[in-house]
Amino acid sequence: MTWYLLKRLLLVVPTLFGVTVITFTLTYLLPGNPALVKAGPLANPEHIAEMERRMGLDRPVVVQYWRYVSGVVRGDLGESAATGRPVMQDLVQRVPATLELTLASLLVAFGIGIPLGVVAAVRRDDWVDHVSRLLGVGGVAMPTFWTGLLVLYVFFYKLGVAPPPLGRLSPGASAPTAITGLYTVDALVTGNWPALRSALAQLVLPALTLGFSVMAPLTRMVRATMLEVLESDYIKAAWAAGLPRRTIVYGDALRNCMIPVITLIGVVFGFLMAGNVVVEIVFAWPGIGNYAVTSLMSKDAGPIQSFVLFVAVVYVLVNLAVDLAYGLVDPRIRLR
Amino acid sequence: MRRSARAALWRRLRRNTLSLAALGMLIVLTTVALCAPWLTPYDPDAPDAEHVLQAPGLRHWLGTDIYGRDQLTRILHASRIDLLVALGATLIALSTGVVLGALAGYRGGWTDQLLMRAIDAVMAFPSFILAMGITAALGNNTLNVIAAIAITHVPIYTRLIRGEMLRVREMEYAEAARTVGNRQRRIIFHHLLPNCLPPVIVQATLAMGFAVLTVAALSFIGLGIRPPMSEWGAMTAEGAGYIVSGEWWLFLFPGLAIIAAVLSFNLVGDALRDLLDPRMRGL
Repeated sequence: MTWYLLKRLLLVVPTLFGVTVITFTLTYLLPGNPALVKAGPLANPEHIAEMERRMGLDRPVVVQYWRYVSGVVRGDLGESAATGRPVMQDLVQRVPATLELTLASLLVAFGIGIPLGVVAAVRRDDWVDHVSRLLGVGGVAMPTFWTGLLVLYVFFYKLGVAPPPLGRLSPGASAPTAITGLYTVDALVTGNWPALRSALAQLVLPALTLGFSVMAPLTRMVRATMLEVLESDYIKAAWAAGLPRRTIVYGDALRNCMIPVITLIGVVFGFLMAGNVVVEIVFAWPGIGNYAVTSLMSKDAGPIQSFVLFVAVVYVLVNLAVDLAYGLVDPRIRLR
Repeated sequence: MRRSARAALWRRLRRNTLSLAALGMLIVLTTVALCAPWLTPYDPDAPDAEHVLQAPGLRHWLGTDIYGRDQLTRILHASRIDLLVALGATLIALSTGVVLGALAGYRGGWTDQLLMRAIDAVMAFPSFILAMGITAALGNNTLNVIAAIAITHVPIYTRLIRGEMLRVREMEYAEAARTVGNRQRRIIFHHLLPNCLPPVIVQATLAMGFAVLTVAALSFIGLGIRPPMSEWGAMTAEGAGYIVSGEWWLFLFPGLAIIAAVLSFNLVGDALRDLLDPRMRGL
């Protein structure tokens, strides 16, 4: 076990090295020279050369890479031309918004996706199964930004039951006292009911949109695994032994189904990060994806590359956690 | 027993009907992309100040936008760019991935180590996020979007072919090809590779759908194809601003076009998988 843990942990080092090489290349080596951006559109060649020298862009690539990585390790991601503040500070400030949206949509995806997959497998070819498969085929084909606009049109414009898509709180409401930065949690903890109401109302549509976008692969996977598990010998033995249906389906079968689902968490997280960006744009959600894209609109590519790096690092860590959890749950992995 | 046999037959039949419908849809899409200029009497880019923001009707089946441009015409023209990007990206990723995967799998050793670590680094990014970074760095034009999507898709094929190569290189016919003194390049690309291709074709079909979604999403956030060029994601983004004033046709129809394209690639891909890879049947 220790050996497996150690090997998996060590593998993170080359991966992170590769990640930083790629983001370094995207940030410094490709056209869209940062010195050019920083010097402004009116700069003459001498001015640009001076700027390049000051930013260290005339040094050998290896030196530049080293400076880049040591900056990243210290949490220095450069400055944003749009906000005039350190990019790291901007990102950290916006992480809670993205985190809240991500967690809420995970809740939606798992809360609906897993039961749906189980029921579809148990009642194969029943109407639930048809719905789940329609969702599995159709859900993956629907662009997330389009689903978001569709629910906005229906629930905001047509029915008038949803608030306008203007961020995390309705215009009149004030934010709850910051503890975690997640408005719903903070409002709940401090008993700030108006803020909770407002935050929840704003959260529902984006969370449903994002949750729906990852539900399809989840349901599909749960259904397929469940079908396989239900056919297995030990489940047949459980039936033969006369165990109650609930115990078999929701106890033994579902538990064995969860192992492949754990591996899917990494994939789901990757999709969620991509979906986050477009959902944040559609609902003007002030998260890190929104920040990255809007900085680019003001011709500042720095924040977007920092965002890419940030997401990749989190993604690597999530995948690490998934693999470790998998090793804990499934003894066969450890022995390999 | 009879009931379950009938159910199985019905499932199979319905699945095939669905696959056939998807295949038909793909053919229609391709035809539309090729013949777009001759299908409607309008110019996709010509403004018409007298007919702005018209709801779908007899003259303009899918309505007009703020400049009075016919939306159906624009959607048809957009299929050219969306399918071109998807096809271009898939072909580039496929050929690169196949060569890299074949080399890694057949040669093994440090070639394999080096290539696979590079692939791992690319896969350490969620693919859409990396595509965002690449287009942001290269600048957004059609070629760069194709390149960005291709780069994020290379790992799929590399890993797939490498796995297949590891399997087939130990087979007797590979041994035979080596024994009679074929050159390595000939063994890899002439004798072994053709036997690795079926799962790759399935992946490529599914990846086409994913590529359409990616280019549309990139364009939606302003990092892909830019207006005034018609592209489904960019058109949806333009239409998004009109939701609050109730011009629903502007965001709705380009999205439906995306769904139709992605759905048909996915269904045809699924059908191919059933055909070529029976192990995955029933998923």
